[in-house]
Amino acid sequence: MSANTERMRSYRRAAVTLLVVAALYEASARSGYFAPALLPTLPTIGRTLFAMLLDGSMLGHALYTFYRVMFGFGLAIVVALPLGILMGRFRTVEGFFLPLASALMPVPSLAWVPVFILWFGLGNTTTVLVVFYAATFPMLLNTWSGVRSVNPLWLRAAGTMGADENAMFWKVIIPGASPFIITGMRQAFLRAWIAVVGAEMIAASNWGLGWVIFDAKEFLNTDIMLASLAVIGFIGFVFERLVFGSLERATIQRWGMVRAAKS
Amino acid sequence: MTLRDAVTAETARADVALATPARGIGDRLRSAALTAYPFVVVGAMWEIVAHLGIFPPRLFPTLEEVAATFVRLTVMGILPHHALETLARLSAGFALAAVAGVVIGIAMGRSRRAEDIFLPLVSIIAPIPGIAYAPLFLLWFGLGNFATVLLVGFASSFAVIINTWTGVKAVKEIWVRSAQSMGADNRRLFRLVILPGALPYIFTGLRLGMAQAWRILVVVEMLAGVQWGLGWMIFGAREFLNTDVMLAGVAVIGIIGLVLEKHVFQRLEDYTVVRWGMMEQ
Amino acid sequence: MPHIEIRDVSLIYDTPSGSVPGVQGVSFSIEPSEFLCIVGPSGCGKSTLLNIIAGFLMPTGGEIRIGGKIITGHGMDRGVVFQDFAQLFPWRTALANVTFGLEMKGISKAEREKIALEQLRLVKLDKFVRSYPHHLSGGMQQRVAIARALAYNPSVLLMDEPFAALDALTRDEMQRLLADVWRETKKTVIYVTHNVAEAVYLADRVVVMTPHPGTVKTEIPIRLARPRDPLSVEFLEHQKELLRHLGGEAGKA
Ligand SMILES: Nc1ncnc2c1ncn2[C@@H]1O[C@H](COP(=O)(O)OP(=O)(O)O)[C@@H](O)[C@H]1O
Ligand SMILES: [Mg+2]
Repeated sequence: MSANTERMRSYRRAAVTLLVVAALYEASARSGYFAPALLPTLPTIGRTLFAMLLDGSMLGHALYTFYRVMFGFGLAIVVALPLGILMGRFRTVEGFFLPLASALMPVPSLAWVPVFILWFGLGNTTTVLVVFYAATFPMLLNTWSGVRSVNPLWLRAAGTMGADENAMFWKVIIPGASPFIITGMRQAFLRAWIAVVGAEMIAASNWGLGWVIFDAKEFLNTDIMLASLAVIGFIGFVFERLVFGSLERATIQRWGMVRAAKS
Repeated sequence: MTLRDAVTAETARADVALATPARGIGDRLRSAALTAYPFVVVGAMWEIVAHLGIFPPRLFPTLEEVAATFVRLTVMGILPHHALETLARLSAGFALAAVAGVVIGIAMGRSRRAEDIFLPLVSIIAPIPGIAYAPLFLLWFGLGNFATVLLVGFASSFAVIINTWTGVKAVKEIWVRSAQSMGADNRRLFRLVILPGALPYIFTGLRLGMAQAWRILVVVEMLAGVQWGLGWMIFGAREFLNTDVMLAGVAVIGIIGLVLEKHVFQRLEDYTVVRWGMMEQ
Repeated sequence: MPHIEIRDVSLIYDTPSGSVPGVQGVSFSIEPSEFLCIVGPSGCGKSTLLNIIAGFLMPTGGEIRIGGKIITGHGMDRGVVFQDFAQLFPWRTALANVTFGLEMKGISKAEREKIALEQLRLVKLDKFVRSYPHHLSGGMQQRVAIARALAYNPSVLLMDEPFAALDALTRDEMQRLLADVWRETKKTVIYVTHNVAEAVYLADRVVVMTPHPGTVKTEIPIRLARPRDPLSVEFLEHQKELLRHLGGEAGKA
């Protein structure tokens, strides 16, 4: 069989799977066997999503979440990127921060939420700090390993070609470490995205995708929950594919430092 | 999370300064001191701030208080009780994820049909943070242990599925051909070649799954209205401004997380894939 | 009757970007206990042809008979050695790699370890039976692979550039060892290489292939006494003749 017909068959099967699952869901929702509040039909979910998009409330929740995640994530990069580079370059910095990072990293970021609530109250500060905590360590450790793993031959080659410390840093170390740095950003965003949803459930008030899901539970608004889940999945997907995907394509993939993902 | 990231995620390991081999006793003491000194510095700063009374002592307890609370709760058996309940939930949830994940992952790697059926579902469900499903699970399955264990298993199974699937597909064609030319039938090919060949990936999946299970369990305990559990303990302590209890709980959570991440699969791996040279220590 | 007959074998690869011919209309035959080398420029289809003979690929045209019977897939009458060192199972020791085929045959543990030890002695590795592959050098790994392919006693040994990734010194040593092993075991060998000196050193007969899409250009018998001296005038003459056939093709392409 040719590769093309095989691929077509895969697509067909995938489509069939999704249709079957959707149909099964719809059938159970309509069977009257479960409470409609717990298992809304697909059209109901669609209508809810559409209504929330139209009245702007979904956009509001998404923007709040996005603001918190970007704030925390940006803070993590601002702190962890320079620190990671310093750790990779200087033994004394490494000797001080590495044990601390290794001790703090295994604590799940969301375990801090109750503590932060006491310290900073419910709301943005707590959520942003939890996101920061979640994103910092992947960023820090990847940057550190990236700088340490820069091929010494490149450093030597650059040295013989007359590169000074400054040029060495900007023209060799940073690009050389960039596969790790970009991986670090991806992982950091992933963690941040999980952290923001969790933190909003516990610590946010009135706005945010995590909050809206959690709040919907109180009123048995399962349709709102599922609609918000779809939006969360969509934003995560877009970020992953468009933002980090194109960042990778523009840099390390173009330089042949990582193989493109096999599709 | 794309599928590829689940595989490569967390490859950057924090090789702790502790790991440097020390020869003599003097060397060992020196390296212990080197590891300890950042903690001493940070601890001293904490103590200064706490004793100066800049923040209310209830919210910013001294380290002595936290340590005393830790000892008190341990001696009273409260902390061990919370920890054991949490670990029991973790084991149940993770066992669910490990079994389901390995079975589905192998099916996907071995059968085109299974791959076509599961891959679209996995690619849609996996990228959404597991915690986002928590309210849904609590609504559908009620507050309590059942929903908690189910959610932990559900959320951590994807790392296992994706890695196992990748591992089975990454088994070298040349091994399969060698085994076939030596007369291996399909069953023995699977047991003697595909399974050991995919093992490094399966272990990676189990490690990642375990870490995820731990992260999500702690939060779900805060939401699920369970009576015992470390997550519940720190969440409940918030009501009474017991910051010392919370910090003691966070420390225990961190220590268990560290042990789970570093040591649970270490021996299994050392005995198999590391010994075979398929994975570095 | 020849041991193996290859009749008008062709294979077309079906890729997403269209059909690619792998080999085209290849015919030749091999006598029992003959050492046959297939030489050709890289990409001409040598590996494809060997994989067809091994039964891993089905030809899109033509047929292959072994002992008069048309082959339909892989079988225990053929042992295969690849170029890639990674062909050994990393989770099995050298000995356990060699016993694999015997295990599949259902031979008892004691018996199969005895046979495997003999095979490992034949390739001069009896000191390393308990080692895992990653502790062995490339040359040693390839020797384990040869022992493994011989252990379950197939009548045919198929080898795809098994020494191409080794350094020159080790390669010479391995060629001598293989010649000895062949003299002792009297297997029918089909050996793929792009190295002309290697072919002249090892082969009773050399099949020269044209560049992509490969077909048989000519066959050259090598009637030199063994063990062969790579510095002798006759050896160099044969080498030159082979190079002329290959070079002519390269010139045209
Ligand atoms: N799996 C494959 N799919 C598509 N084309 C292939 C495949 N394997 C080999 N080819 C093509 O078939 C031709 C012969 O390849 P091969 O048999 O590997 O050559 P050789 O071993 O002589 O170097 C080459 O042009 C190669 O590109
Ligand atoms: Mg080849």
